[in-house]
Amino acid sequence: MAVSGTLKNKVAIVGVGECDIGKAPTMSGLGINAQACKRALEDAGLRVSDIDGLLTAYSFTEPYTMLGSALSEYLGLKPQMCTAMAVGGASPGIALRHAAQAVACGLADTVLVCAGENRATGLGREASIAALTAVGHAQFEQPYGGSIPGYYAMMARRHMHEFGTTREQLASVAVNTRAHALLHPNAQMKTPLSIEQVLSAKLIAEPFGMYDCCIISDAAGAFIVTSAERARDLRSKPVYLLGIGEKHLNMHIMCAPSLTQCGAVDSGRAAYQMAEVGPDDIDVAELYDCFTITPIIGLENLGFCQPGEGGAMFASGQTRIGGKLPVNTHGGMLSHAHAGAAGGLLGIVEAVRQLRGDQGDRQVQGAEIALVHNEGGILSSHCTIILGNDRG
Amino acid sequence: MTGYGLKETELPKPSPNGDSLPYWNAAREKRLLIRLCKACGAKHFLPRYLCPVCWSDQLDWIESKGQGTIHSSSIVHRASLPSFASQTPYVIALIDLDEGPRMFANIIGSDSLAASIGDRVRVVFEDRAGDMLPQFSRVVGDT
Repeated sequence: MAVSGTLKNKVAIVGVGECDIGKAPTMSGLGINAQACKRALEDAGLRVSDIDGLLTAYSFTEPYTMLGSALSEYLGLKPQMCTAMAVGGASPGIALRHAAQAVACGLADTVLVCAGENRATGLGREASIAALTAVGHAQFEQPYGGSIPGYYAMMARRHMHEFGTTREQLASVAVNTRAHALLHPNAQMKTPLSIEQVLSAKLIAEPFGMYDCCIISDAAGAFIVTSAERARDLRSKPVYLLGIGEKHLNMHIMCAPSLTQCGAVDSGRAAYQMAEVGPDDIDVAELYDCFTITPIIGLENLGFCQPGEGGAMFASGQTRIGGKLPVNTHGGMLSHAHAGAAGGLLGIVEAVRQLRGDQGDRQVQGAEIALVHNEGGILSSHCTIILGNDRG
Repeated sequence: MTGYGLKETELPKPSPNGDSLPYWNAAREKRLLIRLCKACGAKHFLPRYLCPVCWSDQLDWIESKGQGTIHSSSIVHRASLPSFASQTPYVIALIDLDEGPRMFANIIGSDSLAASIGDRVRVVFEDRAGDMLPQFSRVVGDT
Protein backbone atom coordinates (compact mmCIF):
# COMPACT_ATOMS: atom_id res chain seq x y z
CA MET A 1 0.00 0.00 0.00
CA ALA A 2 1.39 3.38 -0.95
CA VAL A 3 0.76 6.36 1.28
CA SER A 4 1.16 9.88 0.01
CA GLY A 5 1.03 12.00 3.16
CA THR A 6 4.12 13.73 4.47
CA LEU A 7 5.36 15.28 7.68
CA LYS A 8 8.46 16.78 6.09
CA ASN A 9 9.40 20.14 7.57
CA LYS A 10 6.07 20.53 9.35
CA VAL A 11 7.34 20.15 12.91
CA ALA A 12 10.53 20.67 14.88
CA ILE A 13 12.07 19.37 18.06
CA VAL A 14 12.68 22.50 20.11
CA GLY A 15 13.84 21.15 23.46
CA VAL A 16 15.68 18.07 24.71
CA GLY A 17 16.67 16.80 28.13
CA GLU A 18 18.00 13.77 29.93
CA CYS A 19 18.03 12.96 33.62
CA ASP A 20 21.20 12.34 35.63
CA ILE A 21 22.05 8.92 34.19
CA GLY A 22 23.39 5.98 36.15
CA LYS A 23 22.01 5.33 39.60
CA ALA A 24 19.49 7.60 41.27
CA PRO A 25 18.54 5.73 44.46
CA THR A 26 16.83 8.77 45.96
CA MET A 27 14.56 9.32 42.97
CA SER A 28 11.47 7.54 41.61
CA GLY A 29 10.88 6.47 38.04
CA LEU A 30 8.40 9.29 37.53
CA GLY A 31 10.92 11.59 39.19
CA ILE A 32 13.69 10.93 36.68
CA ASN A 33 11.17 11.45 33.87
CA ALA A 34 10.20 14.77 35.45
CA GLN A 35 13.87 15.79 35.66
CA ALA A 36 14.31 15.09 31.94
CA CYS A 37 11.07 16.95 31.11
CA LYS A 38 12.08 20.00 33.18
CA ARG A 39 15.41 20.16 31.36
CA ALA A 40 13.73 19.83 27.96
CA LEU A 41 11.30 22.63 28.82
CA GLU A 42 14.13 24.91 29.97
CA ASP A 43 16.10 24.03 26.86
CA ALA A 44 13.15 25.13 24.72
CA GLY A 45 12.47 28.26 26.75
CA LEU A 46 8.82 27.29 27.03
CA ARG A 47 6.42 27.44 29.98
CA VAL A 48 4.61 24.48 31.52
CA SER A 49 1.32 25.97 30.37
CA ASP A 50 2.48 25.75 26.75
CA ILE A 51 2.38 21.93 26.82
CA ASP A 52 -0.94 20.58 25.58
CA GLY A 53 0.10 17.02 24.72
CA LEU A 54 2.00 14.29 26.57
CA LEU A 55 3.18 10.99 25.11
CA THR A 56 5.19 8.44 27.04
CA ALA A 57 6.01 4.74 26.88
CA TYR A 58 5.91 2.04 29.57
CA SER A 59 7.65 1.09 32.80
CA PHE A 60 8.49 -2.34 34.20
CA THR A 61 9.80 -0.72 37.37
CA GLU A 62 6.68 1.34 38.08
CA PRO A 63 4.01 -0.49 36.06
CA TYR A 64 1.16 1.99 36.30
CA THR A 65 -1.94 0.76 34.49
CA MET A 66 -2.23 4.20 32.87
CA LEU A 67 1.32 5.50 32.79
CA GLY A 68 0.49 8.52 30.61
CA SER A 69 -2.18 9.68 33.03
CA ALA A 70 0.02 8.97 36.06
CA LEU A 71 2.92 10.92 34.61
CA SER A 72 0.66 13.78 33.52
CA GLU A 73 -0.76 14.00 37.04
CA TYR A 74 2.75 13.89 38.55
CA LEU A 75 3.89 16.72 36.26
CA GLY A 76 0.78 18.76 37.01
CA LEU A 77 -0.19 18.86 33.34
CA LYS A 78 -3.74 19.04 32.00
CA PRO A 79 -3.13 17.99 28.39
CA GLN A 80 -5.80 17.60 25.73
CA MET A 81 -3.83 14.66 24.26
CA CYS A 82 -2.15 12.00 26.39
CA THR A 83 -1.27 8.33 26.10
CA ALA A 84 1.32 5.70 26.96
CA MET A 85 2.63 3.64 24.07
CA ALA A 86 3.90 0.09 24.35
CA VAL A 87 5.89 -0.73 21.24
CA GLY A 88 9.07 -1.54 23.14
CA GLY A 89 12.17 0.43 22.30
CA ALA A 90 10.47 1.88 19.23
CA SER A 91 7.98 3.73 21.44
CA PRO A 92 9.83 7.09 21.46
CA GLY A 93 10.15 7.26 17.67
CA ILE A 94 6.56 6.20 17.19
CA ALA A 95 5.52 8.77 19.80
CA LEU A 96 7.40 11.40 17.77
CA ARG A 97 5.42 10.39 14.72
CA HIS A 98 2.10 10.66 16.57
CA ALA A 99 3.14 14.00 18.06
CA ALA A 100 4.15 15.27 14.64
CA GLN A 101 0.87 14.12 13.09
CA ALA A 102 -1.13 15.90 15.78
CA VAL A 103 0.86 19.14 15.49
CA ALA A 104 0.92 19.08 11.69
CA CYS A 105 -2.86 18.93 11.43
CA GLY A 106 -3.45 21.42 14.22
CA LEU A 107 -4.81 19.02 16.82
CA ALA A 108 -2.01 19.86 19.26
CA ASP A 109 0.35 22.79 19.68
CA THR A 110 3.24 21.64 21.87
CA VAL A 111 3.71 17.95 22.66
CA LEU A 112 6.08 16.64 25.32
CA VAL A 113 7.47 13.14 24.70
CA CYS A 114 9.37 11.38 27.47
CA ALA A 115 10.33 7.87 28.51
CA GLY A 116 12.54 6.08 30.97
CA GLU A 117 12.72 4.00 34.10
CA ASN A 118 14.82 3.63 37.22
CA ARG A 119 15.69 0.03 36.42
CA ALA A 120 19.14 0.07 38.02
CA THR A 121 17.94 0.97 41.51
CA GLY A 122 14.17 0.45 41.31
CA LEU A 123 14.28 -3.10 39.95
CA GLY A 124 17.94 -4.07 40.10
CA ARG A 125 19.95 -6.12 37.65
CA GLU A 126 18.55 -9.58 38.36
CA ALA A 127 14.90 -8.49 38.38
CA SER A 128 15.35 -6.36 35.26
CA ILE A 129 16.76 -9.30 33.33
CA ALA A 130 14.06 -11.61 34.67
CA ALA A 131 11.30 -9.13 33.81
CA LEU A 132 12.49 -8.95 30.22
CA THR A 133 11.90 -12.69 29.70
CA ALA A 134 8.24 -11.67 29.36
CA VAL A 135 9.10 -10.41 25.86
CA GLY A 136 9.27 -14.08 24.86
CA HIS A 137 6.08 -16.02 24.10
CA ALA A 138 4.55 -17.34 27.32
CA GLN A 139 3.85 -20.83 25.94
CA PHE A 140 6.27 -21.35 23.08
CA GLU A 141 9.45 -19.50 24.12
CA GLN A 142 9.51 -18.83 27.86
CA PRO A 143 9.23 -22.50 28.97
CA TYR A 144 12.46 -23.15 27.04
CA GLY A 145 14.52 -20.60 28.94
CA GLY A 146 14.34 -18.07 26.17
CA SER A 147 15.92 -14.74 27.03
CA ILE A 148 16.47 -11.48 25.18
CA PRO A 149 20.26 -11.97 25.04
CA GLY A 150 19.63 -15.48 23.75
CA TYR A 151 17.25 -14.35 20.99
CA TYR A 152 19.67 -11.68 19.77
CA ALA A 153 22.53 -14.17 20.06
CA MET A 154 20.68 -16.40 17.58
CA MET A 155 20.53 -13.40 15.20
CA ALA A 156 24.26 -12.87 15.63
CA ARG A 157 25.03 -16.51 14.96
CA ARG A 158 22.81 -16.49 11.87
CA HIS A 159 24.53 -13.30 10.65
CA MET A 160 27.93 -14.92 11.17
CA HIS A 161 26.72 -17.99 9.27
CA GLU A 162 25.25 -16.06 6.32
CA PHE A 163 27.89 -13.37 5.93
CA GLY A 164 31.02 -14.41 7.79
CA THR A 165 30.68 -11.67 10.39
CA THR A 166 33.35 -12.26 13.03
CA ARG A 167 33.41 -12.23 16.82
CA GLU A 168 35.96 -9.41 16.65
CA GLN A 169 33.65 -7.30 14.48
CA LEU A 170 30.89 -7.69 17.07
CA ALA A 171 33.35 -6.65 19.76
CA SER A 172 34.32 -3.56 17.76
CA VAL A 173 30.76 -2.27 18.14
CA ALA A 174 31.11 -2.26 21.93
CA VAL A 175 34.52 -0.59 21.69
CA ASN A 176 33.20 2.03 19.23
CA THR A 177 30.35 3.07 21.48
CA ARG A 178 32.47 3.06 24.63
CA ALA A 179 34.96 5.43 23.02
CA HIS A 180 32.10 7.82 22.27
CA ALA A 181 30.62 7.49 25.77
CA LEU A 182 33.91 8.70 27.23
CA LEU A 183 33.27 12.01 25.43
CA HIS A 184 29.78 12.42 26.95
CA PRO A 185 29.58 14.06 30.39
CA ASN A 186 26.39 12.20 31.36
CA ALA A 187 27.23 8.70 30.06
CA GLN A 188 27.06 5.86 32.57
CA MET A 189 30.25 4.08 31.50
CA LYS A 190 33.38 6.11 32.12
CA THR A 191 36.32 3.75 31.57
CA PRO A 192 37.93 2.69 28.26
CA LEU A 193 37.13 -0.72 26.78
CA SER A 194 39.36 -2.84 24.54
CA ILE A 195 38.58 -5.60 22.04
CA GLU A 196 40.46 -8.01 24.32
CA GLN A 197 38.24 -7.11 27.28
CA VAL A 198 35.11 -7.71 25.22
CA LEU A 199 36.37 -11.07 23.95
CA SER A 200 37.43 -12.33 27.38
CA ALA A 201 34.35 -11.20 29.29
CA LYS A 202 32.13 -13.78 30.93
CA LEU A 203 29.78 -15.45 28.47
CA ILE A 204 26.08 -14.58 28.52
CA ALA A 205 24.68 -16.33 25.41
CA GLU A 206 27.11 -17.32 22.66
CA PRO A 207 28.54 -15.46 20.89
CA PHE A 208 27.77 -12.66 23.37
CA GLY A 209 29.78 -11.87 26.44
CA MET A 210 28.86 -9.26 29.00
CA TYR A 211 30.09 -6.27 26.97
CA ASP A 212 28.01 -7.29 23.94
CA CYS A 213 24.89 -6.55 26.01
CA CYS A 214 23.40 -3.15 26.82
CA ILE A 215 23.80 -1.71 30.29
CA ILE A 216 21.05 -1.29 32.89
CA SER A 217 20.51 2.28 34.05
CA ASP A 218 18.32 4.70 35.82
CA ALA A 219 17.67 6.76 32.72
CA ALA A 220 15.02 8.99 31.19
CA GLY A 221 14.91 11.42 28.31
CA ALA A 222 12.46 13.97 26.94
CA PHE A 223 11.90 16.12 23.88
CA ILE A 224 9.37 18.75 22.85
CA VAL A 225 7.65 18.91 19.47
CA THR A 226 5.96 21.99 18.03
CA SER A 227 5.24 23.44 14.61
CA ALA A 228 8.13 24.50 12.38
CA GLU A 229 6.71 28.05 12.28
CA ARG A 230 6.56 28.37 16.04
CA ALA A 231 10.01 26.80 16.42
CA ARG A 232 11.73 29.77 14.78
CA ASP A 233 10.83 32.07 17.69
CA LEU A 234 12.08 29.80 20.45
CA ARG A 235 15.34 29.76 22.38
CA SER A 236 17.06 26.73 20.87
CA LYS A 237 18.11 26.17 17.29
CA PRO A 238 15.22 24.14 15.85
CA VAL A 239 15.78 20.65 14.48
CA TYR A 240 13.21 19.77 11.84
CA LEU A 241 11.58 16.42 11.20
CA LEU A 242 12.38 15.58 7.59
CA GLY A 243 11.13 12.01 7.40
CA ILE A 244 9.77 9.21 9.56
CA GLY A 245 8.64 5.64 8.88
CA GLU A 246 7.42 2.59 10.80
CA LYS A 247 7.25 -1.13 10.15
CA HIS A 248 6.04 -4.09 12.19
CA LEU A 249 6.60 -7.64 10.91
CA ASN A 250 6.35 -9.82 14.03
CA MET A 251 6.48 -9.81 17.82
CA HIS A 252 8.25 -13.07 18.66
CA ILE A 253 11.48 -14.27 17.12
CA MET A 254 9.90 -17.60 16.15
CA CYS A 255 7.60 -15.62 13.82
CA ALA A 256 10.30 -13.34 12.35
CA PRO A 257 10.52 -13.73 8.56
CA SER A 258 14.32 -13.34 8.75
CA LEU A 259 16.95 -12.94 11.45
CA THR A 260 19.08 -10.58 9.35
CA GLN A 261 16.51 -8.56 7.36
CA CYS A 262 13.97 -6.88 9.60
CA GLY A 263 11.33 -4.16 9.48
CA ALA A 264 14.10 -1.53 9.44
CA VAL A 265 14.37 -2.05 5.68
CA ASP A 266 10.85 -0.72 5.15
CA SER A 267 10.80 1.85 7.96
CA GLY A 268 14.05 3.26 6.59
CA ARG A 269 12.78 3.33 3.03
CA ALA A 270 9.66 5.23 4.12
CA ALA A 271 11.72 7.74 6.11
CA TYR A 272 14.16 8.36 3.23
CA GLN A 273 11.28 8.77 0.81
CA MET A 274 9.53 11.35 2.99
CA ALA A 275 12.78 13.23 3.63
CA GLU A 276 13.76 13.00 -0.04
CA VAL A 277 17.28 11.95 0.96
CA GLY A 278 19.26 8.71 0.83
CA PRO A 279 21.80 6.98 3.06
CA ASP A 280 24.66 8.93 1.48
CA ASP A 281 23.11 12.19 2.73
CA ILE A 282 23.20 11.14 6.39
CA ASP A 283 25.97 12.79 8.46
CA VAL A 284 25.44 10.97 11.75
CA ALA A 285 23.38 7.92 12.79
CA GLU A 286 22.03 6.98 16.22
CA LEU A 287 21.13 3.31 15.83
CA TYR A 288 19.49 0.98 18.31
CA ASP A 289 22.23 -1.03 20.01
CA CYS A 290 20.70 -3.30 22.64
CA PHE A 291 23.35 -5.86 21.61
CA THR A 292 26.42 -5.57 19.39
CA ILE A 293 24.68 -7.34 16.48
CA THR A 294 21.79 -4.84 16.43
CA PRO A 295 23.52 -1.78 14.88
CA ILE A 296 25.38 -4.05 12.42
CA ILE A 297 22.01 -5.21 11.08
CA GLY A 298 20.85 -1.59 11.35
CA LEU A 299 23.62 -0.29 9.08
CA GLU A 300 22.81 -2.96 6.51
CA ASN A 301 19.01 -2.77 6.63
CA LEU A 302 19.06 1.04 6.49
CA GLY A 303 21.17 1.03 3.34
CA PHE A 304 24.47 2.35 4.71
CA CYS A 305 26.25 -0.73 3.35
CA GLN A 306 25.48 -4.04 1.67
CA PRO A 307 24.18 -7.00 3.71
CA GLY A 308 27.16 -8.53 5.48
CA GLU A 309 29.29 -5.39 5.48
CA GLY A 310 28.04 -3.86 8.74
CA GLY A 311 30.61 -5.57 10.93
CA ALA A 312 33.46 -4.34 8.77
CA MET A 313 32.12 -0.78 8.92
CA PHE A 314 32.46 -0.84 12.71
CA ALA A 315 35.78 -2.69 12.77
CA SER A 316 37.38 -0.33 10.25
CA GLY A 317 36.54 2.76 12.30
CA GLN A 318 34.16 4.27 9.74
CA THR A 319 31.59 4.58 12.52
CA ARG A 320 33.83 6.63 14.84
CA ILE A 321 33.42 10.38 15.25
CA GLY A 322 35.55 11.71 12.39
CA GLY A 323 34.82 8.62 10.28
CA LYS A 324 32.61 8.25 7.22
CA LEU A 325 29.42 7.73 9.25
CA PRO A 326 29.70 8.34 12.99
CA VAL A 327 27.33 5.97 14.84
CA ASN A 328 26.01 6.33 18.38
CA THR A 329 28.00 9.43 19.18
CA HIS A 330 26.70 9.54 22.78
CA GLY A 331 27.75 5.98 23.56
CA GLY A 332 24.47 4.27 22.77
CA MET A 333 22.69 1.76 24.92
CA LEU A 334 25.89 -0.25 25.30
CA SER A 335 27.69 2.54 27.18
CA HIS A 336 25.61 5.74 27.60
CA ALA A 337 22.32 4.49 29.10
CA HIS A 338 19.56 1.98 28.74
CA ALA A 339 16.32 1.57 30.64
CA GLY A 340 13.22 0.44 28.77
CA ALA A 341 12.24 3.01 26.17
CA ALA A 342 14.87 5.51 27.35
CA GLY A 343 17.56 4.06 25.09
CA GLY A 344 15.80 4.91 21.85
CA LEU A 345 14.68 8.28 23.13
CA LEU A 346 18.22 9.28 24.10
CA GLY A 347 19.27 8.54 20.52
CA ILE A 348 16.80 11.21 19.40
CA VAL A 349 18.15 13.61 22.05
CA GLU A 350 21.70 13.02 20.81
CA ALA A 351 20.74 13.54 17.15
CA VAL A 352 19.14 16.88 18.03
CA ARG A 353 22.26 17.95 19.90
CA GLN A 354 24.54 16.93 17.04
CA LEU A 355 22.44 18.95 14.61
CA ARG A 356 22.64 22.01 16.84
CA GLY A 357 26.38 21.68 16.47
CA ASP A 358 27.67 22.54 19.93
CA GLN A 359 28.86 19.22 21.36
CA GLY A 360 32.56 19.89 21.85
CA ASP A 361 34.83 16.86 21.47
CA ARG A 362 32.04 14.58 20.30
CA GLN A 363 30.61 16.97 17.72
CA VAL A 364 30.35 15.56 14.20
CA GLN A 365 31.69 18.49 12.23
CA GLY A 366 29.23 20.00 9.81
CA ALA A 367 26.40 17.61 10.69
CA GLU A 368 23.24 18.70 8.86
CA ILE A 369 21.16 15.52 8.58
CA ALA A 370 20.89 12.78 11.21
CA LEU A 371 19.15 9.41 11.18
CA VAL A 372 17.81 7.73 14.31
CA HIS A 373 16.54 4.17 14.38
CA ASN A 374 14.36 2.91 17.23
CA GLU A 375 13.56 -0.78 17.54
CA GLY A 376 11.42 -2.72 19.99
CA GLY A 377 11.15 -6.33 21.08
CA ILE A 378 13.24 -8.84 19.14
CA LEU A 379 13.75 -6.61 16.08
CA SER A 380 9.93 -6.53 16.13
CA SER A 381 8.77 -2.90 15.93
CA HIS A 382 10.70 -0.33 13.94
CA CYS A 383 10.75 3.44 13.54
CA THR A 384 13.28 5.37 11.48
CA ILE A 385 13.57 9.13 11.92
CA ILE A 386 15.45 11.64 9.77
CA LEU A 387 16.15 15.04 11.28
CA GLY A 388 17.78 18.13 9.80
CA ASN A 389 18.90 21.55 11.01
CA ASP A 390 17.76 23.23 7.82
CA ARG A 391 14.31 23.06 6.26
CA GLY A 392 16.04 22.57 2.93
CA MET B 1 9.15 -4.93 43.18
CA THR B 2 8.61 -8.60 43.73
CA GLY B 3 7.57 -11.23 41.21
CA TYR B 4 9.01 -11.50 37.73
CA GLY B 5 9.83 -15.15 38.43
CA LEU B 6 12.72 -14.41 40.78
CA LYS B 7 11.41 -16.75 43.48
CA GLU B 8 10.51 -19.63 41.17
CA THR B 9 12.81 -22.62 41.44
CA GLU B 10 10.98 -25.15 39.26
CA LEU B 11 11.11 -25.05 35.48
CA PRO B 12 7.98 -23.38 34.08
CA LYS B 13 5.18 -25.47 32.60
CA PRO B 14 3.22 -24.33 29.58
CA SER B 15 -0.17 -22.75 30.31
CA PRO B 16 -2.53 -23.70 27.46
CA ASN B 17 -5.26 -21.34 26.32
CA GLY B 18 -8.19 -21.69 23.92
CA ASP B 19 -5.92 -21.48 20.91
CA SER B 20 -3.36 -24.03 22.06
CA LEU B 21 -5.14 -26.66 24.17
CA PRO B 22 -5.17 -29.31 21.37
CA TYR B 23 -1.43 -28.70 20.83
CA TRP B 24 -0.54 -29.37 24.45
CA ASN B 25 -2.98 -32.28 24.76
CA ALA B 26 -1.30 -33.90 21.74
CA ALA B 27 2.13 -33.22 23.22
CA ARG B 28 1.13 -35.36 26.20
CA GLU B 29 0.65 -38.16 23.70
CA LYS B 30 4.08 -37.35 22.21
CA ARG B 31 2.62 -35.90 19.04
CA LEU B 32 3.70 -32.53 17.58
CA LEU B 33 0.81 -30.64 15.96
CA ILE B 34 0.83 -27.70 13.57
CA ARG B 35 -2.03 -25.87 11.94
CA LEU B 36 -3.12 -26.22 8.33
CA CYS B 37 -5.46 -23.72 6.69
CA LYS B 38 -8.19 -25.55 4.78
CA ALA B 39 -8.82 -22.49 2.61
CA CYS B 40 -5.35 -21.49 1.39
CA GLY B 41 -3.20 -24.43 2.44
CA ALA B 42 -0.80 -22.35 4.56
CA LYS B 43 0.79 -24.13 7.52
CA HIS B 44 1.71 -22.24 10.65
CA PHE B 45 3.08 -23.00 14.08
CA LEU B 46 1.78 -20.39 16.53
CA PRO B 47 -1.80 -21.52 17.23
CA ARG B 48 -4.36 -18.90 16.26
CA TYR B 49 -8.11 -18.49 15.82
CA LEU B 50 -7.60 -17.76 12.14
CA CYS B 51 -5.11 -18.27 9.34
CA PRO B 52 -2.53 -15.44 9.42
CA VAL B 53 -2.28 -15.55 5.62
CA CYS B 54 -5.91 -15.47 4.42
CA TRP B 55 -7.93 -15.01 7.65
CA SER B 56 -9.97 -18.13 7.06
CA ASP B 57 -11.26 -19.61 10.31
CA GLN B 58 -11.39 -23.10 8.79
CA LEU B 59 -8.24 -24.67 10.23
CA ASP B 60 -7.09 -28.24 10.76
CA TRP B 61 -4.51 -29.64 13.14
CA ILE B 62 -2.02 -31.91 11.38
CA GLU B 63 0.75 -33.96 12.88
CA SER B 64 4.31 -32.97 12.07
CA LYS B 65 6.81 -35.73 11.40
CA GLY B 66 8.93 -34.00 14.02
CA GLN B 67 11.96 -33.60 11.81
CA GLY B 68 13.68 -30.36 10.95
CA THR B 69 16.79 -28.27 10.60
CA ILE B 70 18.40 -25.76 12.97
CA HIS B 71 17.96 -22.24 11.55
CA SER B 72 20.00 -20.71 14.38
CA SER B 73 20.95 -21.48 17.94
CA SER B 74 22.81 -20.16 20.96
CA ILE B 75 24.37 -21.64 24.07
CA VAL B 76 22.95 -19.81 27.07
CA HIS B 77 25.51 -19.48 29.86
CA ARG B 78 23.67 -17.06 32.10
CA ALA B 79 20.01 -17.84 32.73
CA SER B 80 17.62 -14.91 32.86
CA LEU B 81 15.45 -16.70 35.40
CA PRO B 82 16.70 -18.50 38.53
CA SER B 83 14.64 -21.55 37.59
CA PHE B 84 16.92 -22.12 34.59
CA ALA B 85 20.21 -21.49 36.42
CA SER B 86 20.78 -25.18 37.09
CA GLN B 87 20.32 -25.94 33.37
CA THR B 88 23.24 -23.80 32.10
CA PRO B 89 24.89 -24.13 29.73
CA TYR B 90 21.83 -25.00 27.61
CA VAL B 91 21.00 -24.63 23.94
CA ILE B 92 18.11 -22.61 22.51
CA ALA B 93 17.29 -22.92 18.84
CA LEU B 94 14.92 -22.01 16.05
CA ILE B 95 13.88 -25.17 14.22
CA ASP B 96 12.59 -25.17 10.65
CA LEU B 97 10.24 -28.15 10.54
CA ASP B 98 10.30 -30.12 7.30
CA GLU B 99 6.62 -29.17 6.83
CA GLY B 100 7.68 -25.48 6.71
CA PRO B 101 6.76 -23.72 9.96
CA ARG B 102 9.47 -22.52 12.36
CA MET B 103 9.38 -23.15 16.10
CA PHE B 104 11.56 -22.46 19.13
CA ALA B 105 12.86 -25.14 21.49
CA ASN B 106 15.92 -26.46 23.27
CA ILE B 107 18.38 -28.85 21.72
CA ILE B 108 18.83 -31.55 24.33
CA GLY B 109 20.93 -34.66 24.59
CA SER B 110 24.56 -35.42 25.37
CA ASP B 111 25.86 -33.68 22.22
CA SER B 112 23.58 -30.66 22.39
CA LEU B 113 26.38 -28.13 22.92
CA ALA B 114 27.76 -29.09 19.50
CA ALA B 115 24.55 -27.95 17.78
CA SER B 116 25.10 -25.70 14.81
CA ILE B 117 23.13 -24.10 12.00
CA GLY B 118 21.98 -26.63 9.42
CA ASP B 119 22.04 -29.61 11.79
CA ARG B 120 19.20 -32.07 11.33
CA VAL B 121 17.12 -32.54 14.46
CA ARG B 122 14.25 -34.75 15.59
CA VAL B 123 11.54 -34.04 18.16
CA VAL B 124 11.76 -35.61 21.60
CA PHE B 125 9.42 -34.98 24.49
CA GLU B 126 10.57 -33.71 27.88
CA ASP B 127 8.43 -34.66 30.85
CA ARG B 128 7.91 -31.54 32.88
CA ALA B 129 5.94 -32.51 35.98
CA GLY B 130 3.35 -34.41 33.95
CA ASP B 131 3.19 -32.04 31.01
CA MET B 132 5.19 -32.89 27.89
CA LEU B 133 7.32 -30.27 26.21
CA PRO B 134 8.36 -30.78 22.57
CA GLN B 135 12.17 -30.57 22.39
CA PHE B 136 14.72 -31.56 19.77
CA SER B 137 17.88 -33.62 19.64
CA ARG B 138 20.53 -33.78 16.96
CA VAL B 139 20.36 -36.52 14.35
CA VAL B 140 23.98 -37.57 14.14
CA GLY B 141 25.36 -38.39 10.72
CA ASP B 142 22.42 -36.88 8.88
CA THR B 143 23.40 -33.29 8.16
